[in-house]
Amino acid sequence: MKTVISRSQVKGDFVSKVAEISGENFFNCYQCGNCSAGCPSVDEMDLLPSQVVRYLQLGLVEEVKSCKSMWVCAACMMCHARCPKGVDISKIMEALRVLRLREVGAEAHIDVTDFSDDYLARAPQIAMISGYRKFLPL
Amino acid sequence: MKYPYFPGCTLYTKAKKLDDAGRECSQKLGFELDELKDWTCCGATFPLVNDYHIAMSGPTRILADTKARGDDKLVTLCSVCFNVLKRTNHVMRNDEERRAKITDFIERDYHGEVEVLHYLQLLRDEIGFDTLREKVVKPLTGLKVACYYGCLLLRPVKEIGLDAMENPTIFEEFIRALGAEPVEFPYKVECCGAFQTVHSMTTATRCSHDILRSAKNSGADLVITTCPLCQFNLDDRQPEIQKSHTAFSAIPVLYFTQLLALALDLPAAGLGFERNLIDPLPLLKEKGIVS
Repeated sequence: MKTVISRSQVKGDFVSKVAEISGENFFNCYQCGNCSAGCPSVDEMDLLPSQVVRYLQLGLVEEVKSCKSMWVCAACMMCHARCPKGVDISKIMEALRVLRLREVGAEAHIDVTDFSDDYLARAPQIAMISGYRKFLPL
Repeated sequence: MKYPYFPGCTLYTKAKKLDDAGRECSQKLGFELDELKDWTCCGATFPLVNDYHIAMSGPTRILADTKARGDDKLVTLCSVCFNVLKRTNHVMRNDEERRAKITDFIERDYHGEVEVLHYLQLLRDEIGFDTLREKVVKPLTGLKVACYYGCLLLRPVKEIGLDAMENPTIFEEFIRALGAEPVEFPYKVECCGAFQTVHSMTTATRCSHDILRSAKNSGADLVITTCPLCQFNLDDRQPEIQKSHTAFSAIPVLYFTQLLALALDLPAAGLGFERNLIDPLPLLKEKGIVS
């Protein structure tokens, strides 16, 4: 596969915004893969956590914007705890999520009417509140 | 001794058993949980991007209310509340710019003066596990317990500072003080899938299965947790796990305060075991802990 890397994308607005609001420097990452090895959600991810960081380093904006990985991250912070360089990927994933959720006409990623009455009767409030915060347009 | 206490929304309803047992045990242990007045939800997530200040206004108000009472400590039982309050407090202490934005908005003066304590931390640091051991009326002898920490009680370790990240021991020390036996349990700090339970349920089911299988393979009779979301995932996902893994047998998942209450000889009838999907009573009766 041919991958085109352009300076304009590496230095572009989207990558800069992700770096700014996450507070993380992607270039600290040297791709050891510890984050991906310990991530509980990798089975549902299309890009591994370490790949998301690599794509951001290379400015592959469209691939990162459309990845599924940001939506299945559970923000457990295991990646950050085990990163030898201290990169907090849970912050990067959250930055990617909120930038999508702040777009005009952003779609909701959960719908309360999808849940059964029985499920809602059992699910703790913290599940629903944190779900709303992570998956509904801001 | 009286400690200001923030129960949080889930502990008033779905996780009432975590709250009830915690309060009753405190009386037996010689301290009082004094609930804050007019508290609000903590927001249940700490904002992980640094331009989303509004989510910190709720927890900051809770902390400022504690300070306004003249108190310098605030106790929580829920891991999520603990994490949100503790991390918000860290920002209020160390980030002048964000602190100014939030305190100006909620019109309160707060600089991180309050210390946020988890109930377990209170038992370890203020009461002492040795004192707890002396107060135990009915030691939970012969019970093998998988102490499940999960994520939010520990991470990020630099801000939370409760215990070591990879191999914490506070929960095991607590269980030993109750006379039960903690098992070595490799998945004790792994994630249960957390809020993915309302989005990617397969993630929550798989993560819960990994944790429960690890606990069972380590010889545990039951799993304990401090978090209503972990308790829900680990308990509620078991029928689904059994559908795809027929060899899997159910294991009860309790709150740590429920075991504490049993060790302090509080009546089992008031501990809300009927709300557990996987009924712990047959096991507790077999072990002679509940008659």
